[in-house]
Amino acid sequence: MSQHVLSLLVEDRPGLLTRVAGLFARRGFNIESLAVGTTEVEGLSRITVVVSVEGLPLEQVTKQLNKLINVIKVVELEPETTVQRDHMLIKVKTDASTRSQVLEAVTLFRARVIDVVSDSLIIEVTGETAKLQAFLKVLEPFGIKELVQSGVLAIGRGSKSISEKILK
Amino acid sequence: MAHETLTGAQAIVRSLELLGVTDIFGLPGGAILPTYDPLMDSTKIRHILVRHEQGAGHAAEGYASSSGKLGVCIATSGPGATNLVTAIADAHMDSVPLLAITGQVNSTSIGTDAFQEADIVGITMPITKHSFLVTKAEDIPGVLAAAVLIATTGRPGPVLVDIAKDAQVGKMEFIWPPKVDLPGYKPVTKPHGKQVQAAAQLIKEAKRPVLYVGGGVIRAGASKELLELSKIIGAPVVTTLMARGAFPDSNEQNLGMPGMHGTVPAVTALQKSDLLITLGARFDDRVTGQVKTFAVGAKVIHVDIDPAEIGKIRFADVPIVGDVKEVLTELNAELISELKGTKPDIAEWWTFLNDLRTRYPLGYTQPDDGKMSPQYVISRIGEISGPEAVFAAGVGQHQMWSAQFIKYERPNSWLNSGGAGTMGYSIPAAMGAKVAEPERLVWAIDGDGCFQMTNQELATCTINNIPIKVAIINNSSLGMVRQWQTLFYNSRYSNTDLNTGTDTIMVPDFVKLAEAYGCLGIRVEKEEDVDAAIKLAIETNDRPVVIDFIVGRDAMVWPMVPAGLSNDAVQFARDTRPVWEEGEEE
Repeated sequence: MSQHVLSLLVEDRPGLLTRVAGLFARRGFNIESLAVGTTEVEGLSRITVVVSVEGLPLEQVTKQLNKLINVIKVVELEPETTVQRDHMLIKVKTDASTRSQVLEAVTLFRARVIDVVSDSLIIEVTGETAKLQAFLKVLEPFGIKELVQSGVLAIGRGSKSISEKILK
Repeated sequence: MAHETLTGAQAIVRSLELLGVTDIFGLPGGAILPTYDPLMDSTKIRHILVRHEQGAGHAAEGYASSSGKLGVCIATSGPGATNLVTAIADAHMDSVPLLAITGQVNSTSIGTDAFQEADIVGITMPITKHSFLVTKAEDIPGVLAAAVLIATTGRPGPVLVDIAKDAQVGKMEFIWPPKVDLPGYKPVTKPHGKQVQAAAQLIKEAKRPVLYVGGGVIRAGASKELLELSKIIGAPVVTTLMARGAFPDSNEQNLGMPGMHGTVPAVTALQKSDLLITLGARFDDRVTGQVKTFAVGAKVIHVDIDPAEIGKIRFADVPIVGDVKEVLTELNAELISELKGTKPDIAEWWTFLNDLRTRYPLGYTQPDDGKMSPQYVISRIGEISGPEAVFAAGVGQHQMWSAQFIKYERPNSWLNSGGAGTMGYSIPAAMGAKVAEPERLVWAIDGDGCFQMTNQELATCTINNIPIKVAIINNSSLGMVRQWQTLFYNSRYSNTDLNTGTDTIMVPDFVKLAEAYGCLGIRVEKEEDVDAAIKLAIETNDRPVVIDFIVGRDAMVWPMVPAGLSNDAVQFARDTRPVWEEGEEE
């Protein structure tokens, strides 16, 4: 199974996310992660979607997405030429005996502690998916009480912007 | 530039008038009531009151499919809107330009489970080309203009506009033309020059080319260009169910319809081809049969206005995205300059195909029960009515026989529900066609099952002076399902008897039903009476006519490729497979 990161530039319209998500469900495409937010341009949103493709060409996915009237542009972001980041908040069990070990891991992974109580910490970490997975593995023995994460965010390297051509 | 204060409802009517809409099929109700008030005063728009919203939807489809214009239907919120769903889905599958306007509860009540509230935008999302929810009066002109643009351009399709009641009541400044801003909608109509050259090259080299013609040729109005291409290259033509009439049946190069119930020459031509010149067709499973054994030796040129159709089912060696009319214009010019008056030599291919044509013509046998043969009845309707008539079929055996045994000479003369297979399509679709083209003779060729789904629109036809002709091919059963039960379920006829034949309790009696609706009702049981009944129907134009043709129930549609099997398994008649080449073993 291959994974691809697609970046969609879309008009910010009611129901847009339903249209995109519905299309994926209807055509049998699997969404691995999804991140949605506004962009530098008013009225436009950007959807970053990680899709896993099996037995059908990615081309079908992008063509079907392009058919949605409110989708302005679909590009595949290749790992080599893009920056990709996940954002994660983790609540870890700690006590006096384990806290320092957890803090050491936090430093090693360049994460941050953003909340402390006597029996747990909340850690914020960003990075590529692989790094976050490695970090989680380190924390697991201490006990992860709760975990939330964003979908993958991705942006092309260099000075070009995907919205450039559309908005002159 | 017009500039005045209107209510949202007035803006709806005014916008539709300015967009060129002249006929609407619909049925009012609470949430759309404000719009029905100014609609009453419109001198430009004729509103036809249907008896069921599904009828409005199919009528708008028939209107669009027979004329090439936009079809418009209107309904209220909740159940009114959900009753349109089948017709919208049908239009989506067959790329019919359809505008569906629905009333919605007040914007302040949306999401509260208000009376007659349904999330119709959500419900129809998978079956529309696009949809809009309008909650402000001032958005109405822009949304309607955008909706019409989307429905009628690119690959046509249904667009739903759901308008909250308070948006209809609210006041707005009416400005025309409105600003239509669709940055994500840019259909490509002009083909890529290099691809056209590549296609011409493949055509020049092909030894066994076939023009595989789909409904896109009809929607694009490209029949003339197709005829020219056929003359330039001399290749055989197959017209799919959606493309019957795109190329004249009288033309020697036409092999007929391919697919599950296609002619042996058409099915075989695709199967043995070395080049499929695919024009506005989408490799539907009913055409390809089992995909991996479909036309294995063929390269593919695929022309379609929808890029997502290309490569969806079958790899295209030469993909061409564009409007098939524009593509063919360029391709023809390219071929003329490349071929310099010569024609590709495909004589051997024609010898093979002509032999199949001689050995496996379309035919039928007389039913054993002494009743009329349905194929005979349908043939006579076609022959007596002629190619200028419009024929709208329901779904099932009678649909296939109508596709096979009526000879079509012009596009838009054959209307049917191809992709969705919607029983009940024909009566309202014929009604819509007759409204669009009142001068034409319009037939609904229906089954006894289909007829019972939408015959209430006969009331609409009678009252509004829309004199359609209805031929019920009455075999007293759900014929196509019964055929499958005969072939694949050991003749165990589970729930397919409808009891409408003359040797049953006849519920309902279609002649009496027709009379109750103010139509002329005729029953025909003998083949010698068929012609007279058809002629009487054609001459009777002061009311609709319903002819109840009592036909044999064991008649089957042949040829047939059983579902899911390879086209190589096409059966000419029951348990009879064609022999394709001399000396070939079964």
